[in-house]
Amino acid sequence: MSEHRISMTVNGQQHRGLVDGRLMLSDWLREAAGYTGVHVGCEQGVCGACTVIVDGRAVRSCLMLAVQADGCSLTTVEGLAAADGTLHPVQQALKDNHGLQCGFCTPGIVMTLAALRADGARPDEAAMTEAMSGHLCRCTGYQGIRRAIRQLAAEDGTP
Amino acid sequence: MSAPPISAQRFIGQRVPRKEDGRLLTGRGSFVDDIILPGMLHAAFVRSPIARGTIRSIDTDVARAQPGVHAVLTQADLAPFGVTMLSFFLGPVEVAMTPLADGRVAYVGHPVALVIADDRYLAEDAASLVVVDYAEEAAVVTLDDARLGPRVHPDTDDNVAALMGEEEADAALEALLAGAPHLVSQSIRHQRIAQSPMETRGVVASLQGESELLVHITCAGPQLVARWLTLALDRPGLSVRVVAKDVGGSFGLKNHPWMEEVSAILAAMLLRRPVKWIEDRIENLTAANQAREQEMTLRAAFDTNGRLIASHADYALNNGAYPMGADANIAVHMFLWAAYNIPAYSFVSRGWYSNTPGLAAYRGPWAIETLARETLLDRAARQIGIDPVEIRRRNLCTAADQPSVTPLGIPREDITPAQCLEKLLEVVDVPAFRAEQAAARAQGRYLGLGLAAYIEPTGAAGSIAVMTGELAQLRIEPTGRVVAVMSVHSQGHGTQTTMAQCIADQLGVPIEDVTIFDGDSSRGGFGPGAGGSRQGVIGGGAAIRAGRLLADKVKAVAAHLLNASPEAISLSDGMVHVAGAPEMRRTLREIAEIAYGEPGRLPPGMETGLEAQYRYDPPPMTFTSAAHACIVEVDADTGFVGIRRWVSSEDCGVMINPAVVEGQIAGGLAQAIGSVLLEDAARDAQGNPTAATFKDYALPTIFDVPDFEYVHADTPSQAEGGFRGVGEGGCIIGPPTLVNAIADALAPFGEVPVDLPLTPAKLMTVIEGQPWPERPVSRFHPDHRAPEVDAPAPVAPAVAAVAPAIAVGIDGAWKLVLATPMGPQPMVAHFQVAGDRVTGRLEADQGSQEFTGTLSGDQVRWEMKVTKPMAITLKYELTFAGSSVSGKCKMGLFGTAKVRGERA
Repeated sequence: MSEHRISMTVNGQQHRGLVDGRLMLSDWLREAAGYTGVHVGCEQGVCGACTVIVDGRAVRSCLMLAVQADGCSLTTVEGLAAADGTLHPVQQALKDNHGLQCGFCTPGIVMTLAALRADGARPDEAAMTEAMSGHLCRCTGYQGIRRAIRQLAAEDGTP
Repeated sequence: MSAPPISAQRFIGQRVPRKEDGRLLTGRGSFVDDIILPGMLHAAFVRSPIARGTIRSIDTDVARAQPGVHAVLTQADLAPFGVTMLSFFLGPVEVAMTPLADGRVAYVGHPVALVIADDRYLAEDAASLVVVDYAEEAAVVTLDDARLGPRVHPDTDDNVAALMGEEEADAALEALLAGAPHLVSQSIRHQRIAQSPMETRGVVASLQGESELLVHITCAGPQLVARWLTLALDRPGLSVRVVAKDVGGSFGLKNHPWMEEVSAILAAMLLRRPVKWIEDRIENLTAANQAREQEMTLRAAFDTNGRLIASHADYALNNGAYPMGADANIAVHMFLWAAYNIPAYSFVSRGWYSNTPGLAAYRGPWAIETLARETLLDRAARQIGIDPVEIRRRNLCTAADQPSVTPLGIPREDITPAQCLEKLLEVVDVPAFRAEQAAARAQGRYLGLGLAAYIEPTGAAGSIAVMTGELAQLRIEPTGRVVAVMSVHSQGHGTQTTMAQCIADQLGVPIEDVTIFDGDSSRGGFGPGAGGSRQGVIGGGAAIRAGRLLADKVKAVAAHLLNASPEAISLSDGMVHVAGAPEMRRTLREIAEIAYGEPGRLPPGMETGLEAQYRYDPPPMTFTSAAHACIVEVDADTGFVGIRRWVSSEDCGVMINPAVVEGQIAGGLAQAIGSVLLEDAARDAQGNPTAATFKDYALPTIFDVPDFEYVHADTPSQAEGGFRGVGEGGCIIGPPTLVNAIADALAPFGEVPVDLPLTPAKLMTVIEGQPWPERPVSRFHPDHRAPEVDAPAPVAPAVAAVAPAIAVGIDGAWKLVLATPMGPQPMVAHFQVAGDRVTGRLEADQGSQEFTGTLSGDQVRWEMKVTKPMAITLKYELTFAGSSVSGKCKMGLFGTAKVRGERA
């Protein structure tokens, strides 16, 4: 085992810590930094529930070590809504369209769609749907997720 | 009970956004792994790498010596707790079972030891250092293995876990089948399914002093878990509180704790530290209980017009090693033909033990009845030469056929499968499809249309002890806010929204003002949790009736305060209104402040406060009906199935929230698609799981599931509110709808065996005219030719020498266990033999009953009439051998159940 000092920005907040080299980023975010919205569904990089944004890109935090995120800027699902509680458009679209049931896979889906829209990008329906290939949902049959994607594309004028 | 409030319903029937979504979309949910307690330790299991064998030794020394390791526990450490593992019906399980393996292992993944450490990483490290020496035996894996191989459990007579129905052929029924113009027979096979909730199992247990055990657990209902644990632990003075706020799906897996949760809880009690165990996905896919591994041969006879004459089913269900209740799945037979008119039906049904993970529930546990029936009907249509729509029209139970009772005694009064089919056909233009199909075939493209119809029992209460009514405890707080504590529980069902809709309508308040709490056994009364599509029907009824009681009280208080008659008072917009006097309106808060704080202003004798509760018990069974259609294209070059269209036409009565209803249907259909095309929790011949990750266990992705279309029939039920359950239906009717579409598409090539999953490789054999892939012959079959590396080691017989039977050996008291469909029923029987006449008394929890019977050799027979759960005559036939007794009990239309026992 090796120990490493790391620091990273999560949702605009600076976090520091001493971690084992083998500690998964998902475990660091959940247990050390307190972002329990990062859900661990498979630890194998398949289900996508643990997806967070690292330096602008959607990343499976169960496949990344905490040390690898040293110096990075991260966003988790807790950091998406505005300070006044206004939901991010992706969150709002999923809510409007009953895009979730148990909500366990939801944070990862939200983060993948939000990453696609970072820096003002406006992906079309096909691009957003394609990105869902990396997410498993056992509850919804993806119906509300598809409707949310269509709503986002329609709002953006990119159907 | 007075009439409903005057205020018009505003929320029932609306696509109200879910109250749960705000926290779940922002990462503020509270799932079990989010619970972190001071001093909490972490658990990891040492699991058996073999499916069957004995444990020679367990060496925990090296593991225990690792830094950060607090304990390495084996069954020897847990045995002093004397836990009784219970089935879903809260009776003891049928075979000896301990939280950790006790000398024998019975499946790959069987928990053998438990490491408790400072964190999960250290616990897993240490778990890998526990050395277990096994003596491996040949594993009993498949249903054929179970029939042919050695006993899975040393203390059973054979591998039959449960038996219902008639083992001997019914001559009259066989004559009907043999003499019919058309006899259609089909053998089908359903693969093993892993329920796969996105949140795996998990528990955080902590003792709160000596008198309270606090258990955070992901489950299908905290009250049932609390009841299960209270009975299983059986520790006087210890109260069990179970908390489960947010749960990431269950689908039947999380109905009650099992070996791992119990072991972690006992570890917390032993170490007096909070202990967390969170299952990882490999554990979940390989070692958690599973479902659906079944075979059925269904025969049905039709007259010259394609009308049903009679049917017989021979059914087998893999129970694994430790089912959560040994099960022959009587519901399969109760509902197999319940949507249709059929004069005669008989069955034999067996659950089999094997060296695989135990049987748990999975959404629509009896669903194979609809798969078997609806695929057989399509096969019959092809065989007889009539249209699949027509064969259903001729046989479905219509309004004109009701009220009526099925051959298994199911009363039908308001089922609507025939109406659902007609509504479906208004949306799906079958003739147009047939034209398109013919044109496509001419181009070498293979389109298929699948149809299915069914009914489903929902919202059942009162006939099985654990399936109770549901409780709503409702109050208008002094702030004017409405709070309900409900016995229902959501694992994604949205009950915090739908129950609020029911209550808001009764009290005339904005839905934002209603909060539902449902995740803590210390709040609210008993309910069994999610299961049997019950929560909307029963919880909704409780919410309405409690709301009505409370509305009546508000009106009584307001009428008294405002000098009006209660009939003149109405509730809307969070206000109390007086008819004809708008200036006299008051807020609910004003009324509530007086109701709680100024007793002197209340009507004489009235209890203070604004609180009401109602426990609603619905009619015994509320049926939901549906008919579905699906159109597929099968690629004849690859065998891939593309689903082009899927229409659901269902009748779930009054819909509380159509978006929630459609969400339930869609989720069930997605799982159906997974069952038909993708998922397979297979095991190899040694019992090793071959699907250990989501790369091998393929759940449907967004590309596997089409957009579903919905048609709603909305026939109000007789339950309060007119609701019918909808939680399981998609998972029941979905599989045959899709299988029939695939079979229709490939009809030019021949019949497609119903042997799930229908993988591209299997479908290519049909397309290419090759034989369907044979399953390997059981290693226990005489024809099995593979070399045996490990010869089966027979388990020592449970009963030693059988003493010669003599009448005097029968006199006295015997402890018997009757394996009923609701779980094992313990009884005590007293016999007194005089010549060939036997008198006796049978005592059970429900009471005691005398009987008179006959002795013949070592066999005693008698009959007795019972009235619960329905009036039937029980016919016992027991064979005595030394200090043990075994035999059967014929239970009228429920068929035959096994009886075992010993001297009391």
